[in-house]
Amino acid sequence: MRALFSSSLAQTGLFLALLLAAPWLLTNDYYLTVLILCCLNAIIVVGLNLLMGYAGQISLGHAAFYGLSAYTTAVATATYQLPMELGLVLAVAVTALIAVGIGIPALKLSGHYLGMATMGFGLIVFIFLNETIELTGGPSGFVGIPRLELFGYAFETDRSYYVLTACCLAGVALLSLNIIHSRAGRALRAIHTSEKAAMTAAIDIARYKLLVFVLSAVYAALAGFLYAHYLSFVAPSSFGFLFSVELITMVVLGGMADLWGGIAGAFFLTMLPEFLRAFEDIEVLLFGSILVLSMLLLPDGFAGGLRRLARFAAARLGRSGGGADGGTGGDVDGPDAAKAAAPGAGGRP
Amino acid sequence: MSGADVQAPVLACTGLEVRFGGVVALDGVDFPVARGSITALIGPNGAGKTTLLNAVTGLVRVAGGAITLNGADITALPPHRRAAAGVVRTFQNLETFSNMSVLENVMTGAHRVIRYPLAHALFKTPLYFRRERACRDHAMAQLDFVGLAHLADAPATELAYGSLRLMEIARALAAQPELLLLDEPAAGLNMKETRTLGAIIRRIRDERGVTVALVEHDMDLIMDISDAITVLNFGRELAHGTPAEIQRNPAVVAAYLGEDEAEDAAPGAGKAAQGGGR
Ligand SMILES: Nc1ncnc2c1ncn2[C@@H]1O[C@H](COP(=O)(O)OP(=O)(O)OP(=O)(O)O)[C@@H](O)[C@H]1O
Ligand SMILES: [Mg+2]
Repeated sequence: MRALFSSSLAQTGLFLALLLAAPWLLTNDYYLTVLILCCLNAIIVVGLNLLMGYAGQISLGHAAFYGLSAYTTAVATATYQLPMELGLVLAVAVTALIAVGIGIPALKLSGHYLGMATMGFGLIVFIFLNETIELTGGPSGFVGIPRLELFGYAFETDRSYYVLTACCLAGVALLSLNIIHSRAGRALRAIHTSEKAAMTAAIDIARYKLLVFVLSAVYAALAGFLYAHYLSFVAPSSFGFLFSVELITMVVLGGMADLWGGIAGAFFLTMLPEFLRAFEDIEVLLFGSILVLSMLLLPDGFAGGLRRLARFAAARLGRSGGGADGGTGGDVDGPDAAKAAAPGAGGRP
Repeated sequence: MSGADVQAPVLACTGLEVRFGGVVALDGVDFPVARGSITALIGPNGAGKTTLLNAVTGLVRVAGGAITLNGADITALPPHRRAAAGVVRTFQNLETFSNMSVLENVMTGAHRVIRYPLAHALFKTPLYFRRERACRDHAMAQLDFVGLAHLADAPATELAYGSLRLMEIARALAAQPELLLLDEPAAGLNMKETRTLGAIIRRIRDERGVTVALVEHDMDLIMDISDAITVLNFGRELAHGTPAEIQRNPAVVAAYLGEDEAEDAAPGAGKAAQGGGR
């Protein structure tokens, strides 16, 4: 078990090393932009995975938190010429406050109703960004956001920006793993499977739901801040309902309650449209089909799918090879079946 | 009445009323639980036993009456505050955390007793490691107590039904309750498992000093382990007394005669019913 404690740091370190090595494999610097967007989406997805995968609460409005933060820092640093450090603080604070305001009433709902409420919130923010033209520039977008400069360091090159976003992603992943392996993490997972049992274990479920909702909004805010100062231009169309659905697709495809799986899902689905430029018009269709197919075929994401495939292959090999090793006996899928009919027995003859 | 009833009860429910639309599930029920006792709540299906436990733990709202714990009124507290005050329970239909291992289930039960601020987890401070280790050891001790220590690392979904019931008891014990409520802990267990369960419930009271109140249909178990019994029928209290008194009570025997439980009834009650029932 000690291994489990130290391994989240080791895992994150390895992951960061991989991320930082990736640019050397690239043939074209354009792909650096794609990688940066991958990291930003993955930051949001890590939070959404805590909310959905671990705590079992859906949000169809996370694109709105991303957008609110991007616009907050845009207005603060471009319109009001405030320093970018302050822009970051404001973007995170405004988003967190709004998440508290939305979360308190919305998290009293569950399932479809929570989905509808958060979707409604997302639509309101979308309309707000489009209509308050003086503040946001409306549908044509907000131009002239300064390129990032923090504590005297200007992130001028894409390489430096990529290193920053990769480190942010690794940091967010590490903090999240630490939460998952804690008292609070157990409380979140408990809420997912039985609110009744959680309450009667003295877990304040309203408080934990709000905590994880606000935390996931703060992650989205961090990503939104980095997004705005990277592109120096933002438009409402990036923060609509479709993007919220894309984020959920990333979580579902990668694997609910599987932090690294979710990150892989974010990278895969962010890169995919870039390599399928020709099919730009069918992006919606593509994401829709991936969402439906992964829910049907990969109920626990790629990682879960791979595990099942491996188990299936092992079972096949075990049977045909006749090398009846007891080790695989416990891996039989249906837990009840495993109990009822001594699993090893079937493979023996 | 036994002497134990004279001293202040741990739990006192007076005049509890619970309605579901037109159905009156509890109709002015009194349910005292003496400190250090094993108190049973019995009655035919649909009598309101689970509803009473739900009322005590705050999972249903009461329309009338009061619930006091050690003399303090807890009627208005939300469920988690009641658990924090020491009222912990298990469920008739299992409420397992199916996304966790057996050990994690029990560690979650310790939420009330082993605590540390989230910031310590975020940065994995020495306090975090100390508390997590304490939590793990504490949970292992509970699993050991119910005889499941060897299954600690198994996913909860892989446990047999009887083991899950014991795991939920271990999870409840991990909260170090003052009052433990068990809703049909023997349901689905075979005779051997039921005997083991009876011994565990006794040890919970004797070794842990936890007051136990349980709902059960298994009359042999009830008559064997309980100090006091309350009988519910159609949401009303039918009788209250020691096992011997309940067995002799003609109203109880009559209520059970109309029920499938007649054959399950304790030997005494069975005799009074002239072995008939059907
Ligand atoms: N959530 C609910 N909504 C509507 N009616 C309910 C609800 N819970 C219980 N009831 C009704 O209240 C009555 C008492 O139910 P309860 O579950 O307390 O019975 P019980 O004594 O525990 O029975 P059993 O031995 O079958 O577990 C029943 O008529 C039941 O249908
Ligand atoms: Mg019941």
